[in-house]
Amino acid sequence: MENPTPASTKSPVALGAHDIHKSFGNLEVLSGVSLEACRGDVVALIGSSGSGKSTFLRCLNLLEVPDKGDIRVGDVRIDFKSGPRARRVVSDRRQAEALRRRTSMVFQSFNLWHHMTVLENIIEAPIHVHGQTRRQAIEKARELLDKVGLSQREDYYPSQLSGGQQQRAAIARALAVDPDVILCDEPTSALDPELVGEVLKVMAQLAAEGRTMIVVTHEMAFARDVASHAVFLHKGKIEEEGHPSRLFSNPSSERLEQFLSPFRNGGFGEPSGGRGHPISPRAVVS
Amino acid sequence: MIILGADIGAWSGQLLAGALVSVALAVATVPFGMAVGVAVALAKDSSNRVLSAFGEGYTTVFRGLPELLTLLLVYYGLQMAFQITAEWLGLSVTVNINPFVAGILALSLVFGAYSSEVLLGGLRGIERGQIEAAISVGMTPLTAFVRIKWPQVLRLALPGLGNNWVVLLKDTSLVSVIALNDLLRQTSLAVASTKEPFAFYAVACLGYLLMTIVSNMLLMLLEARANRGWRPMSP
Repeated sequence: MENPTPASTKSPVALGAHDIHKSFGNLEVLSGVSLEACRGDVVALIGSSGSGKSTFLRCLNLLEVPDKGDIRVGDVRIDFKSGPRARRVVSDRRQAEALRRRTSMVFQSFNLWHHMTVLENIIEAPIHVHGQTRRQAIEKARELLDKVGLSQREDYYPSQLSGGQQQRAAIARALAVDPDVILCDEPTSALDPELVGEVLKVMAQLAAEGRTMIVVTHEMAFARDVASHAVFLHKGKIEEEGHPSRLFSNPSSERLEQFLSPFRNGGFGEPSGGRGHPISPRAVVS
Repeated sequence: MIILGADIGAWSGQLLAGALVSVALAVATVPFGMAVGVAVALAKDSSNRVLSAFGEGYTTVFRGLPELLTLLLVYYGLQMAFQITAEWLGLSVTVNINPFVAGILALSLVFGAYSSEVLLGGLRGIERGQIEAAISVGMTPLTAFVRIKWPQVLRLALPGLGNNWVVLLKDTSLVSVIALNDLLRQTSLAVASTKEPFAFYAVACLGYLLMTIVSNMLLMLLEARANRGWRPMSP
């Protein structure tokens, strides 16, 4: 499988974050991280625990409010100014909601709404945030369920599904609002190993369709084979970034080399030096 | 109809009317009581210190006072308040508070206090991720609360709220002291007239028990609906 070629410089910027700083109390978690994703880019954020990658992702849809910097999604732009106040609150709530209407997020712990069926989860936002009719929303939801391989499960509750099924349902829910950018926060980290493949397969399909995605992940094969751009974070700063084919085969920084060494030496079941297949050919379990 | 030596039949109409007043009072209290309960629970869950202090204070007062005292304070206190206002406005009228309304008000204040604690437990039982998912897809805080949080809070709170409802049904008997003709007052009138306390109080017992049993059945239905996402899949 070929990496999608990075969007040309003429491609519109889907999401831009500039000089993002974030501290929790005395701990500075992000010390000036900037990112620009053009339409169709798939950005993989990698790094060790505590590097700030999840915090950065959560800043992009304002689940965390940065202390400093600015964020732009489409035509919505929000500036954050640092100041004496310890707690920054986004003053114009409608700006934040406008930004969030252009993005959606897939969580490590799925976060499907427990009291609703799979179908109800997917149609909820289109109806109550975007004003679609119930019939429109259901029609679209069934298409998405088919795409993620869950057509037989539309009336099931999340508690009745496996982890992989729940995450695929969560992806369908994220797609239902037709976001400009999909933010994925370690989407497979909470899954049993044998269920990881079915979710990565769906995500690779979305990437091939040209979806703009920013993915925090520990799945190095996915980052290497599906992403158009990889960003290695260390202690709140970007240590190295670039095209995955270069980053993974020839890292410039020592820290990245160290970080990747278990992967490159076959620690994750990949033949040493070989490309391997990003998603092993397992049947998608439905 | 003679039961236990007493002519229950002659009083059956009035006893029934009394029972209906009791049920009506309890049912009428619920919407106001729940409104108070939700408001106070949200206040206590708030990060705003003034609001949470108010919530705590309210709960302390209205759980701390005997319900009978609260009822008498509301009934005579409102009476006095309206009287003073009328005099201040220069009107020479005697203001009488409808005891049914006073009953609703007093019982709502108490029901709200107890329910706020149950609802607070429910609010705290919802994972943050549920709301984060709602926010991340563009829902306003209000929509997220109504569509996502509240149904799940209700599931956690229903057992406790059901409890409070049954206590409310019993507390309606207090309005007998402000001359409202509920089941207990009708029973007392019957006893005073026939001098057959045991028979009539036994019938009143059955009346309250019947109300409780019917309530339990309805609560079971509500709980089944609220727990729909959590039941094991039937084979």
